[in-house]
Amino acid sequence: MSAVAVAKRLGERLVLRDVTLAVPAGSVVVVLGPNGSGKSTLLKLAAGLWAPSRGRLERFGQVVGTEATDPRVGYLGHRSFLYGALSGLDNLTFYARLYGVPRPRERAARLLAEVGLRRFQHEPVRRYSRGMEQRAALARAFVAHPQLLLLDEPYTGLDVGATGLLDQWIRRTTAAGGAVLLITHHLDEAARMGDRVGILWRGRLEDPPVTRDGPGGFREQVARTYEARFHGSGPSGA
Amino acid sequence: MGRKYGAILLKDLQLEIRSKETWVAMVAFAFMVALVFGIAVNPVRVRLAPVFPGVLWVAYLFAGMLGVGRGFEQEARDDALTGLLVAPGDRLAIFLAKLTVAFVFMFTMELLVLPFMVVLLGEPMPGGILPLLAATLALGTVGFVGVGTLFAAMAANTRAGSVLLPVLLVPFSVPVLILATEATAGILGHVAPAVDPWPWLHALMAYDVVFLGLPLVLYEFIWEV
Repeated sequence: MSAVAVAKRLGERLVLRDVTLAVPAGSVVVVLGPNGSGKSTLLKLAAGLWAPSRGRLERFGQVVGTEATDPRVGYLGHRSFLYGALSGLDNLTFYARLYGVPRPRERAARLLAEVGLRRFQHEPVRRYSRGMEQRAALARAFVAHPQLLLLDEPYTGLDVGATGLLDQWIRRTTAAGGAVLLITHHLDEAARMGDRVGILWRGRLEDPPVTRDGPGGFREQVARTYEARFHGSGPSGA
Repeated sequence: MGRKYGAILLKDLQLEIRSKETWVAMVAFAFMVALVFGIAVNPVRVRLAPVFPGVLWVAYLFAGMLGVGRGFEQEARDDALTGLLVAPGDRLAIFLAKLTVAFVFMFTMELLVLPFMVVLLGEPMPGGILPLLAATLALGTVGFVGVGTLFAAMAANTRAGSVLLPVLLVPFSVPVLILATEATAGILGHVAPAVDPWPWLHALMAYDVVFLGLPLVLYEFIWEV
C-alpha cells in the first residue's frame, strides 16, 4: 500500500496534509500520533471509506477510491462492527460469507476458538464483556486471511493474552508476505510492533519514518522523534 | 455483488428472527391504527367503505415508517455499516438487500393486517379482487420502501438520523399514498362515481421505477452524506 501527497479536508479543516507513506509487503508500518492528529482519517482513506481530497492512494497497485473494496484487506476500526443480537459464531460466519471464505462456519468456529471464545460462541455478542467483544472483532478482521491489515488502535481493551495473540497474528501476516498499517497513540506499541514508525502531527507525517536499522535503540529513536514533534522543535511541529 | 447481497439478506432475516424488533413493531402499530380508527368512528352513523382504502394505506405507511429505518439503525449501532462498506463487492448490494428485507417485512405485515381491517371496518371483500389488490399492495410497498430505504441510508450517516428520516419520508410518501389509495378504491369499487384503478396503477408503477432507479445513480454518494 502506498500514499503519495495525500490530503483530506473535512469541512473547513485540513485533516491530512501531503502525507506520503509506503507500507511494503512483509512489514509493519506504525503511524504514531496524539488524538486528533488525523490517524483514523488516514486509515479510512486507506480502507476506501473516504476519498482523498488530493493525492494518490494505492493498494496492490490499484488506485483506491471510495468504490474500492478488496477481499485481501482486513480492517479493524474503533468499533467492533458486530451485531449484538447475533452470537459470536453467527457474526463471524456472516463476515466469512461476505468475504467468500470457503466453509464459513468452520472458519468462524476455528477463529473464535483461537481468540479464546469457544465457550461463548453461541452467546449473543451483547452479553460479551468489552474485552471479549474486542477479541471477537479481532477474529472478524482476520476472517478472510487478509494480505493488507489496517488496524486502528487494535490493542484497546485487550488483556495480556489477547495482546500476545494479536502480536502473533500480525507477525504471521507479515511472515506470509502481508503488510500491516497500524495506528496508535501508544509509544510502546509502536516500538514493539513497528518495522517503521511515522509520527503524525497535526495532519503531517514525519518523513523519513524512524526505522529499525537506524542508529541507537529503536524505542529511544521513536521516543525522541515523538518528543521533538510534540514540543514543536521539529520542522512541521510549529 | 450476488454474494454480498445474499449474505446481508440472510443476516438481516436472522437478526429479525432473533430480535423480533422490526416486524412485531410494524404489525402491532398497523393493528393499533385500525383499532383506534374502528373505535373512534361510529360505523352506525358513518359509512366506512369509502374511507377504507385511505385508512388501510395510512396504517400501512405509518407502520412502514417504523420498519424501513430499522435496517440501517442496526448497522449504525456498532458501526457495522463500515464493516459492510469495506467488505468486497459492489456497495449497491447493501442498498438492494436492505430494500428487499424492508419489502418482505412490510408486505407480509400488510397481508396479515388486511383481514383484521376488513373485519374491523366491515368492508366486503369479494375473493375475485384479491390478486389485483395484492398486486396494488406490492406496488405501493415497492414505491414506499424504495424511497424509504434511500432516505434511511442517507439518515444512517447523520447524527439526527432518526428525526431526519420521517421528515424526509413523509412528503415523498404522499404520492404513494394518493396513487395506492385511489387504485385500491377503484379495485374495491365502493366509491361513486366508480374509479378506474388502472391509470393509478400505471402511475404507481412509474413512481416505483423512478425510486428504484434513483439509488442506482445516487448510491455511491449516499454513504458520504
